[in-house]
Amino acid sequence: MDFIDYYKTLGLNKNATEKEIKDAYRKLARKYHPDINPNNKEAEHKFKEINEANEVLGNPENRKKYDQYGKDWKHAEQFEKARRQQQQQRAYRKTAAGFGDSGYSDFFESMFGGAFSHQGGQNVGFRGQDYHAELHLGLKDVYKTHKRTLTVNGKNIRIAIPAGVANGQEIKIKGHGGPGINGGPNGDLYIKFVVQNDPQFKRDRDDLYTTVDLDLYTALLGGEITVGTIDGKVKIKVKPETQNNARVKLKGKGFPVYKKENLYGDLYITFNVKLPTRLSAKEKGLFTELKGLR
Amino acid sequence: MKDKDTIPIETFCAHYKVPVTFIHSLQKYELLEIIRENNVEYIQITQLQRVEKMIRLHYELNINMEGLDVVNNLLGQLMELQEENRILRDRLKLFE
Repeated sequence: MDFIDYYKTLGLNKNATEKEIKDAYRKLARKYHPDINPNNKEAEHKFKEINEANEVLGNPENRKKYDQYGKDWKHAEQFEKARRQQQQQRAYRKTAAGFGDSGYSDFFESMFGGAFSHQGGQNVGFRGQDYHAELHLGLKDVYKTHKRTLTVNGKNIRIAIPAGVANGQEIKIKGHGGPGINGGPNGDLYIKFVVQNDPQFKRDRDDLYTTVDLDLYTALLGGEITVGTIDGKVKIKVKPETQNNARVKLKGKGFPVYKKENLYGDLYITFNVKLPTRLSAKEKGLFTELKGLR
Repeated sequence: MKDKDTIPIETFCAHYKVPVTFIHSLQKYELLEIIRENNVEYIQITQLQRVEKMIRLHYELNINMEGLDVVNNLLGQLMELQEENRILRDRLKLFE
């Protein structure tokens, strides 16, 4: 457990007055408050740090304690021991580096035994902290609606993953975040879907893109080929004189549209015409003959 | 109006220990919609998170009503930009 210099956190020196502490906290809180930094984990962590520093330095009694013991951590061992006995009953899990569910660092918990009620403010019940988690899925995993059981902070939660969910999309699971403060409701759990690229299909919203090799003769004369879609193989007709990099659209063979049943995007196929190699003498002769005709 | 969809302002203010005038100020600045029915004022449940945020910004950060209006507008723009950024990142993946 590292010693935390709360004065440094607030950018103050040890002789700072109460007003200077209050002003420094307010200034930093306006910058890093989670409500004005949505989806910014760095700001959230920083806010916890400054909030904790304010809880200690903004309260004369706590500040005195901190100045006495916190400066030289080794001398605070006896104090810590007594506090630890209190803490043994309070199990908490870590949610971020060095911070427990309470939003306070290990250092703070060991010195002060947990959170205070919000000082100076009103006795307002606040929602618990929102938790954010990432769920990594393959493209094919989100082609069909399915259910998964996730373990978040030791609790198993079964969620339905709707077909067509987008990379970076978040869903909210109400009440599965941090516990409320002062009788406030629990926070929510936000799960962000990270959909990995697929080696065969690229996705742009509900449309899929893929490349298919096409032999020279089918490209020239046309024909029927079998191509793989994300939902299985289909036969398609190739027009005569199809050029290299030509693109065709298979309507409704793309990705399912999120929360719109039986509605799908399109699949775009780009043809990669492959020229024959290791030509035989006869083939070379025939190509030469063809060349002469053009 | 279904009870589960709304909460009377009086109840809300008593729970959060904020004056009713604060909620009326939010309405004045068009930061919140208040529903009136049989002379009782209600807030929609869907607005609760938004109001809680306004309470925090006002009481924790001392942001006045004009400031809340500005913050609210800028946050809306920030969220839109984050969403646009996400879509563009997804599109860029097509070229990876």
